[in-house]
Amino acid sequence: MPRYELIVKEACETCQLVVPVIQQLAQQIPLTIYSQDNPAFPDGLQVSDDTDLRRSWELKLEIVPTVIVHEDDGSVSRLEGWDKSAWETAFDATFDDALPARRPGCGARNQDPGMADKLALAFGRDRLHARRIDIADEEDEAEACFDRGWSDGLPVVPPTELRVLRMLNGTTRSPDEVIGEVPPDYPACTIEKIAINAVMAGCKPEYLPVVIAAVEAALKDEFCMHGLLATTYFSGPMIVVNGPVSRAIGMNSKGNALGQGNRANATIGRALQLVIRNVGGGRPGGVDRACLGNPGKYTFCFAEDETGSCWESLAVERGYEPEASTVTLFAADGVQGIVDQKSRTPESLCRSFAAGLRVVSHPKMVMAADAFLVVCPEHERVFREAGWSKQQVKDYLSELLMIPGAELIRGAGGIDEGVPEHLADKTLPKFREGGLNIVRAGGGAGMFSAVIGGWGASGKIGSVPVTHRIES
Amino acid sequence: MVSFLDPTAESAPAQRVPLPKVASLAGKTIGLLDISKPRGDIFIDRLEEKLRQEGAEIRRYSKPTFTRIAPVTLKQTIAEECDLVIEALAD
Repeated sequence: MPRYELIVKEACETCQLVVPVIQQLAQQIPLTIYSQDNPAFPDGLQVSDDTDLRRSWELKLEIVPTVIVHEDDGSVSRLEGWDKSAWETAFDATFDDALPARRPGCGARNQDPGMADKLALAFGRDRLHARRIDIADEEDEAEACFDRGWSDGLPVVPPTELRVLRMLNGTTRSPDEVIGEVPPDYPACTIEKIAINAVMAGCKPEYLPVVIAAVEAALKDEFCMHGLLATTYFSGPMIVVNGPVSRAIGMNSKGNALGQGNRANATIGRALQLVIRNVGGGRPGGVDRACLGNPGKYTFCFAEDETGSCWESLAVERGYEPEASTVTLFAADGVQGIVDQKSRTPESLCRSFAAGLRVVSHPKMVMAADAFLVVCPEHERVFREAGWSKQQVKDYLSELLMIPGAELIRGAGGIDEGVPEHLADKTLPKFREGGLNIVRAGGGAGMFSAVIGGWGASGKIGSVPVTHRIES
Repeated sequence: MVSFLDPTAESAPAQRVPLPKVASLAGKTIGLLDISKPRGDIFIDRLEEKLRQEGAEIRRYSKPTFTRIAPVTLKQTIAEECDLVIEALAD
């Protein structure tokens, strides 16, 4: 036999209306009644006092009256407001014909303004296991975070219990779920620790699933986050977001997509870096041995502009369905522009791109770093009008980037850097197989695409781009 | 008092610990900062004498006035030039 919970409040007219029904049911079935405002309501029945709203908060109640039906097979359903026939079906009973067919309920008290935060603090604290760090009254909250080494150099949002609880509302995952071990120190990383760092980075709760996916991707062995952190090279993790989530949370994939000013772009990338710093213990001068680094190590995250593109997205190319939301992580350096305002044929434009791609790491280095080519809309139009697919562009670029060994060997061009002399008679590809990726982003005006070179250690010996699904 | 949730792996103590003590003063450059209260110099002269006996090199500094915190440039100079600093609070 099903078990029932019923939540009411005296101040609700619909709850008053259903009192005779409740009195009839209480005689016959296992019914637990909670009252939000007066434990003596409904009169003459055994009522559980929920004036502190704990049960209502646990149930995420929105309306009174609400009936929660717990079936024997474990399934749970709820009825909100009064609907005579629905209640009769749920309780397998017949009620007085004088009752109206339907009445909407009232707002539950746990939804009153300001109540969500109060209840989260009162009852949600037990979900949080992180150590509490007491901050003296005399300390400035922002300075306290700097002093404890939690900042990347910019101010962070102080991670109070309330802010972290709000952040955790952004995911259905349990705060104590361990998602992996973060380099370089490899402690276990929980959803809660990610949420704390997401708060500090300035994220909204709705960004949290993207941040979690980015951390999960960074922890995959093939991404090689430890080496990427420890290298003397420039690189750090770049995040490309694909799919409906990128639009739902308002990410920028258009004008200034690689620049500043969009909260989601800025804070998601920063949150990943703060997790590496604070949970993993990876800090410049410590395990991070970068010679110069790059500004993207503060944050480097953008969305692909899929809606206006004639090409399949990066995520689709990498095996995901178009409606999937994903992150793709890449071990990236900074941005190098390619200006071409004259090319109107795909062949000419590809030659410009190839010339820009040739210099990744060094014009004489091959099969070392991967690269991302970010094609702007005005450049993409050239390919669209000529009917070129993304794969055709990639294939032609690969052809253009087959380089005679004589140009690459040590000493060639008067430059000592280069490949060993015995490769002089070979023709070598600039990029390893699969090492060149193309995404579309940017504003409608400007024939300016970008090359984002990667870490010199790519493929099996280093890092490969990793795509990972974003779950709620 | 407010409290924050620790964003780290919690592998270090929550309270900051003092810097490690030096094993020997020999060869160390020690700054002696006079806060410019009366007779502070007498106290610091005596400290200097004792520390020199330990083999330390001494540099003397003074704040423009005891009523204000030390100017940033003075703090930076001391940090640049010294291994250790003693701030003398005499009156």
